[in-house]
Amino acid sequence: MSTETMASDSLELKPGMAGFFDDWSSDQRAFKGVPWGKAMMWIFLVSDTFIFGCFLASYMTVRMSALEPWPSASEVFALSFGGAPIPLILIAIMTFVLITSSGTMALAVNYGYRKNKWVTFWLLFATALLGATFVGMQVFEWSKLILEEGVRPWGNPMGAAQFGSVFFMVTGFHGFHVSIGVIFLFIFSYKVARGHLDNQTPGWFTKRGGNYEEIEILGLYWHFVDLVWVFIFAFFYLW
Amino acid sequence: MEHVAHDETSFVRPAEVGEMELYHPKTWLGKYVFSQDAKTIAIQYAATAISIGMVALVLSWVMRLQLAWPNTFTFIDPAYYLQAVTMHGMIMVVYLLTALFLGGFGNYLIPLMVGARDMVFPWLNMISFWVYFVAVALLAASFLVGGGSTGAGWTLYPPQAILPGTPGSEAGILLMLASLAVFIIGFTMGGLNYVVTILQARTRGMTLMRMPLTVWGIFVATILALFAFPALFVSAIMMSLDVLLGTSFFMPAIMTMGNEADHVGGNPLLFQHLFWFFGHPEVYIVALPAFGIVSDLISIHARKNIFGYRMMVWAIVIIGALSFVVWAHHMYVSGMNPYFGFFFATTTLIIAVPTALKVYNWVLTLWQGNIHLTIPMLFSIAFLLFFINGGMTGLFLGNATVSMPLSDTLFVVAHFHMVMAVAPVMVVCGAIYHWYPKITGRWYHQGMASFHFWVTFVGSYLVFLPMHYLGIMGVPRRYFEITGTTFLPDSAESVNASITIAALVVGFAQLVFLYNLIVSAFNGKQAPSNPWNATTLEWQTEHTPPQHGNFGKELPCVYRWAYDFSVPGVEEDFIPQNVPPRNAQA
Repeated sequence: MSTETMASDSLELKPGMAGFFDDWSSDQRAFKGVPWGKAMMWIFLVSDTFIFGCFLASYMTVRMSALEPWPSASEVFALSFGGAPIPLILIAIMTFVLITSSGTMALAVNYGYRKNKWVTFWLLFATALLGATFVGMQVFEWSKLILEEGVRPWGNPMGAAQFGSVFFMVTGFHGFHVSIGVIFLFIFSYKVARGHLDNQTPGWFTKRGGNYEEIEILGLYWHFVDLVWVFIFAFFYLW
Repeated sequence: MEHVAHDETSFVRPAEVGEMELYHPKTWLGKYVFSQDAKTIAIQYAATAISIGMVALVLSWVMRLQLAWPNTFTFIDPAYYLQAVTMHGMIMVVYLLTALFLGGFGNYLIPLMVGARDMVFPWLNMISFWVYFVAVALLAASFLVGGGSTGAGWTLYPPQAILPGTPGSEAGILLMLASLAVFIIGFTMGGLNYVVTILQARTRGMTLMRMPLTVWGIFVATILALFAFPALFVSAIMMSLDVLLGTSFFMPAIMTMGNEADHVGGNPLLFQHLFWFFGHPEVYIVALPAFGIVSDLISIHARKNIFGYRMMVWAIVIIGALSFVVWAHHMYVSGMNPYFGFFFATTTLIIAVPTALKVYNWVLTLWQGNIHLTIPMLFSIAFLLFFINGGMTGLFLGNATVSMPLSDTLFVVAHFHMVMAVAPVMVVCGAIYHWYPKITGRWYHQGMASFHFWVTFVGSYLVFLPMHYLGIMGVPRRYFEITGTTFLPDSAESVNASITIAALVVGFAQLVFLYNLIVSAFNGKQAPSNPWNATTLEWQTEHTPPQHGNFGKELPCVYRWAYDFSVPGVEEDFIPQNVPPRNAQA
């Protein structure tokens, strides 16, 4: 008699929270059907949330304790078109581009699971281009602030020095995240186009076979970066 | 208990996870240097951590020599003394204990204890170690640069940490911050592996409530680290910017060396909040693995199931959660709003409840147990004594009003050394002796081990017990010398001298310990595969030491919790976790 025999009724979950706990704490996997890579990305993102949370909390603290008035973001980040300054117009376009890239990313994940190689490739590539556009616009925004408006990390003509410090630090750290994401998006569009995920070609470093779950994991990261931007947009630019 | 499968009807679910692809290295470099095997990585982590820890040990001698016999050792000037204080603290807390418990014991024990062939992402695990290695190298480099390492105290409080006049305010502080940031990046890579391996890669039958408490302790500690280190990471970035770019995150307008500094409007309290939001969970990052490991040691060497397993698990989880809301009890005298003190004193006293529960459970496990006074058991008992002592003084320091007069005295130093330095180190030593026969396949030298235990145990008490007395008298911490202080009797200096002698002897005993570990690995007696008659999976491997892939052709199947000792009606006094119910009755 096999030791693995099981009474079928014992596999049925108990009602309510007891069943939830039993299932969650059962053997092998706490998150049923979740590959380890996906679980790892989720936990990393929670950890990364703490980083951005600390950044934003620190930003609010230094804004409160700054001695000089805080410059008005809608005036600083205004672009003039035909003589009239439009507040936050560049930021609005950047936000639109980044959110759009989340849409193409979500579609890429979906088509990836359908093993639709070329549609996945084009969607990933579009996501990468949109991300690169975002970074490009951020470079434009930074250079305009530095060159034309004289904002520096240690001071600016408009008010509290911490305005520039926080701006460069937080958007820089977020832009770094976006750039990393763009690099991986290009790498994975290459991998998809070359059929590495279809053929489970071993990875360059990890030597593990590729598969379309990796697109979803990349997607998790990308959506997270977009979500963080929403908070930066709300707390830094709109406040 | 329902989680112990004592009868045949208890089931093991069908396999859910396929065999993992193991990477088999083909070169010497791939096998021993850039190894992806968690066991090798564990030994690399442990060796690096202990090496840099020895540096910190020597720095503590420097401190003690100066305190005992001021003006005797001319090579110790005030700057050097402050650097020794700083680097001793930082190395011991972060680079030794955190790395050793999580990188060392975590890597070695997690896959073996949960029945996995390796960590889920061995490549990242390998990178994790090498990033840690770079962090240690940066730290070591700060001893060599102009101006030396930072002497700001391990808390690195601004504004003084980066202003001229503080030792190492040139390059030392920057290297320290860079090293911490790199450490955190490396740790995150490893930590993700530990957590995900425990959550998603256990063997069949290894439910969460059948995991050994060692795994629980390391698991929750790693989660704490993943959520607490970000605060330190952010503060390291911000302080580096204050130094490099002249920003004013933490720097208020301030006079330095007779001139006005370039900073204005920053908030030094912000750094303290960020630092302790990391710093307090850090205490439990070190303590929780110790709690877990000592539970297993006590249970195995007293041949008795752990008392209140579920309570122990939930206590670990609750301590972990509460550790995020007690941080400002380190800041009672910082000038923050006094109402905060009320809140944080309350949470601090609440966190003592699950901690005390654990102590009761350890004592109740020993109660009427078949106690074998092996070296690991001796260290476990020593842990209890130190931990109870340190926990008691924690009640003094946790209460804002009692804590204020004791702030920045040696009482604080005595408290945290008792509770989070000596106590976890007792567990480290006990655990190394306990798993040594599995890791090396050989026995350590018993005589040297006994010598090491008794000298360390008695010596540590001689070091830290008198410190409470000095602290209550008002001897401040981090002071270069206290001579000529009118309110202190001469006996304070005699006590200081006796503490130093004890510290030197304890330090010497650690050298004996290391000698024993290294020499016995080659010359020790052959050890059997399960010398302690333990139940957990790492003792049931086909080979000792376990080989790449940990287990034989098939992964073990788990039928019971880790604490089936002295089960009534069973001939042997232990049943390994992978023994099916029908084979257990004999």
